[in-house]
Amino acid sequence: MAYSDKVLDHYENPRNVGVLDKDSPNVGTGMVGAPACGDVMRLQIQVSEEGVIEDAKFKTYGCGSAIASSSLVTEMVKGKTLDEVAEIRNAHIAEELALPPVKIHCSVLAEDAIAAAIADIRAKRDAQASEKSAASA
Amino acid sequence: MLVDFSNNYFELFEFDVQFEIDIEQLDASYQSLQRVLHPDKFASAGDNERRWSMQAAGFVNEAYQTLSKPLSRATYLLKLNGISIDEETDTHMSPMFLMEQMELREALADVAQSTDPYAAVESVRKQLTASIEKTSQAFLQSSTEQKWDAARSVVREWQFLEKLKQESRVIEARLDDDA
Repeated sequence: MAYSDKVLDHYENPRNVGVLDKDSPNVGTGMVGAPACGDVMRLQIQVSEEGVIEDAKFKTYGCGSAIASSSLVTEMVKGKTLDEVAEIRNAHIAEELALPPVKIHCSVLAEDAIAAAIADIRAKRDAQASEKSAASA
Repeated sequence: MLVDFSNNYFELFEFDVQFEIDIEQLDASYQSLQRVLHPDKFASAGDNERRWSMQAAGFVNEAYQTLSKPLSRATYLLKLNGISIDEETDTHMSPMFLMEQMELREALADVAQSTDPYAAVESVRKQLTASIEKTSQAFLQSSTEQKWDAARSVVREWQFLEKLKQESRVIEARLDDDA
């Protein structure tokens, strides 16, 4: 099966590969995996106090489509707010990369990874907020 | 009738519907069914009978392939109990498990650079073999106790382990090529 030019581009020159400090209060981490292919994806976002994504990094072990999907997502999210990023659907990713039907699950993986990263940073922020209010009470 | 298509695969080979089966008995029953269903035996039969024998042979093959490998047998047992593992759509795994998978993948990715690549790949595979053994025991226990949610989680992790083991073989073959 032939990969599209966009998939090849992201696969050969992946953007934003790396790791952010998962213990930082400003970093949200999403880890997901698809049993069908055994792919594992870690996606991290660094979020400002105002809820804007300043940086994003990923590490994916998997096929070209999974690597391209996560690479693309890190590009898509930078500079956006958490609310905007929560709207990203796998269909956007699949369309942008021209993924064939058998590789749609790779884009699902990327959508779920970003959702998990958002949930992680929101949980951290909620915990900080309740600590603060507990301290001031 | 020799082969009843309404049987499930366990019933076809006269097993109880459970994870633990006698593999020698499976092999023996499979071979005897294959003999009876061999196309030569139907060379002079009518069209209907010949078509039936081909369908039956396909059914028996499929059943054998499914039951002979522990992971596919476990997945099939879940399916008989109405449980899908949603291998393509459900990406939520225990974070701890994914972390371990990531580390094993990193170790595999690094073997080519290590001083003794064969020993490095062997060490990863040993870990995988041990994990698969533990996973298979966990499935036996949860399926026997009919704890299907737990059994489903176990099979989903098992799939990762088998994929990674395949991957380790590919990497080892690549070492051979480069040598």
